[in-house]
Amino acid sequence: MTTHNQTPSGSPDPDAAQGMDIAARTQWQLVRARFFRHRAALLGMVLLAVVVLLAFTSIGIGPVPGWWDKSPTETGSLVNGGKPTLGLVPEFLGGAGLALGEHPFGQDNVGKDYFALTMRGTQVSLIIAFVVGIVATVVATVIGACAGYFRGWTETVLMRITDVLIAIPLLVIAAAAAKIAGQQGILFLGVVLGLVTWTQTARLVRSSVLSLREKEFVEAARSVGTSAVRIIFKHILPNTVGVIIVSVTLAIAAAVLLESALSFLGMGVQPPDTSLGRLITDYRSAMGTRPWLFYWPGLFIILIALSVNFIGDGLRDAFDPRQNRVRD
Amino acid sequence: MLVFIARRLVVSVFVLFVATFVMFVLSANTGDPLADLRELPADDRESAMAERIERMRLDLPVYARYFLWLGDALTGDFGVNRQGQDVNILLVDAVSATMQLVVAATVLAIVIGIAIGIISALRQYSGFDHAVTFGAFVAFSLPIFWVGVLLKQYGAIEFNNWLVQPSIPTLVIILGALLAGLAWSSLIVGDRRARLIAFAGASGITAVLLLWISLTEWFADPGLGPVVIALSAFGGAVGISALFSGLKLNRPMYAALAAAAIGTVLSFALAPVLADPSLGVILALAAATVIVCAGLGYGIGGVLHRRNAIAAAVWTGLFTGGVIFVDRMLQAFAGYSDSVQGRPISTIGASTPNYQGTFWELSLDSVGHLALPTMALILVSLATYTRYSRASMLEVMNQDYVRTARAKGLPERTVVTRHAFRNGLIPITTLAAYDFGTVIGGAVVTETVFGWRAMGDLLVTGLNEADPAPAMAFFVVTGGAIVVFNMIADIAYAYLDPRIRLS
Repeated sequence: MTTHNQTPSGSPDPDAAQGMDIAARTQWQLVRARFFRHRAALLGMVLLAVVVLLAFTSIGIGPVPGWWDKSPTETGSLVNGGKPTLGLVPEFLGGAGLALGEHPFGQDNVGKDYFALTMRGTQVSLIIAFVVGIVATVVATVIGACAGYFRGWTETVLMRITDVLIAIPLLVIAAAAAKIAGQQGILFLGVVLGLVTWTQTARLVRSSVLSLREKEFVEAARSVGTSAVRIIFKHILPNTVGVIIVSVTLAIAAAVLLESALSFLGMGVQPPDTSLGRLITDYRSAMGTRPWLFYWPGLFIILIALSVNFIGDGLRDAFDPRQNRVRD
Repeated sequence: MLVFIARRLVVSVFVLFVATFVMFVLSANTGDPLADLRELPADDRESAMAERIERMRLDLPVYARYFLWLGDALTGDFGVNRQGQDVNILLVDAVSATMQLVVAATVLAIVIGIAIGIISALRQYSGFDHAVTFGAFVAFSLPIFWVGVLLKQYGAIEFNNWLVQPSIPTLVIILGALLAGLAWSSLIVGDRRARLIAFAGASGITAVLLLWISLTEWFADPGLGPVVIALSAFGGAVGISALFSGLKLNRPMYAALAAAAIGTVLSFALAPVLADPSLGVILALAAATVIVCAGLGYGIGGVLHRRNAIAAAVWTGLFTGGVIFVDRMLQAFAGYSDSVQGRPISTIGASTPNYQGTFWELSLDSVGHLALPTMALILVSLATYTRYSRASMLEVMNQDYVRTARAKGLPERTVVTRHAFRNGLIPITTLAAYDFGTVIGGAVVTETVFGWRAMGDLLVTGLNEADPAPAMAFFVVTGGAIVVFNMIADIAYAYLDPRIRLS
């Protein structure tokens, strides 16, 4: 960083007012600086990273093995009545000491290791949520940008389709779609859910494209003969990236909850595969006798949704141009 | 304006028609409608299948079935479900059950949410504000069915067990007192001394109250008693008139106090009427309260304070009536609890089957069944209303007209209640209208958790059995509600905010 205010006299530097440091920052540097000052969002990032790492490294994914030696499907003999062996109270406070034990999250009634099961459920819920996020973003961006840029008939048709999808309550259309897609596997389920959840983002993208297309730089690009596709992707969309990222982050948080609600109604992930919502459904009758079977998946749903929501809030503040509190 | 509304209506109806087609195709393809019949013995199978194919018109392609359904639906006939039950009859029951559930939840969420949101906006960046913001984020991240099951376990099963010997553990008393102290001290404006006094006062009062509840085993046979009724009536009168006209002994305050006094006296005078009234009597009493209190305010208010006095007196009268109502219900609690084997908070369904009792016992029965699903439903919408009203209030408080109001020397109470609050409510009004539209269809998961046979049941069975008729009935009602309430939201917005009308 260069300081200009130390010149004792003479012509003042045109860039700097007296007593202030001015450093040129790009848009992205500004956004990053604002985001990293949002403590809740940083905490959310760390939490989400921990949950993702834990879920994917512990039991591994596909053929790759993880560091946890039990699988979510194998049954075993009950240790300690299936109670969780995770110890969180240190010995000097009268607890059993910090230890994972044989089955940190306990076991279910047939002796399956519940830590492995919860991790498998977390993996599935995360995969579905992110697939929903990606599919919804792509569809919303393309539809919103085309409707906003081309106007006329394109806009009318695309926006009426959006209206029709919005008129059907999300849970209803998702339930119907998931009921059809649930048997085809989790990736397909994620894609189908993505195909019904893009509507709000598309409206936001469209309205921001509508105002951007009237700007001088778009007019300039058009006057030198730039193609429509290039204008949309090179000139307009980079300026809407804030809207899109924020909306997608919040959509991912909503997707975690949507997937678990659908699985709870029996319309999402189908056995033998499992998800966090599925686990809660399967074990909710055990609430009285083995409450841990019910607590762990719920806790992980809350952790994921809460951290993603915090990240979304931090991003919204970071992309908000009215927030210009970057001085350090 | 009329042209605008008409055009919106035409587009919405058109959109709704296309949406019903999408919905019909989806719900007709969710599975095999004959799946359960395929496992029957061979001789029954053919006839049963033929009967169902005939009833559901499965021999026709999907679009033909859609137009047949549409033709019937336009005349108000939603057809029969897979078992041959009339969907219209199912629908009427489902709508009334769902309305019971969501109306109370939405009204409570709006009132509490706006109150919390405005307080946290007025105390921006205080401990209370941060706690509310964090709480709202947690509420947005909670899976509602998980909360529902937790509520059933702790709000019903454990709570009913606790009612057998309702004494509060010392730890809970201490924690409750500390929490109340923290909440109040974070709301107080002033130096450390004022905060400490608020903390000590609030935690002391809470501790004594909890201790008293615990020692007298108040929950075993609750009730407010004449002293508490009188105290809350006069406290309410002071608080309400302070909101309308400030903490001075002026005419609105006299009117409110008079209303409270009359209410307290009447709570004894009307004892025979209140022993077992009907709903009509209660409504008539409420109407009488409004008329009498309005007259009271008109008489006492004088020319200058008439409007404030009428408002303060009417609200005080209704508040006192509410306190008396709650007291009567609490008095009936012990008897009701005995008649349902000591399990007053229920986990399943909308009412105890074949339950007979006085008006108060029947009301308690509904409340006991509504309490938990309402709490689950409130949670998410409460967070939404809190966030919205906080943001809206913060925006309004930065407007020029608020600065002007302050600059001309108005007291902060007037600035907040007259200038900021009313304008801050405009966006909330539209949010509330949208919310009412979506909430009828949005209670599906909650209804499933708590075993209500309501709108959600129509949808879930319709989709699980690949039976379009009940699912479509659900969709027509909820989709229609959304269209109507969105319209109301737009009209309300244009009516409340003249800037919208001009553009």
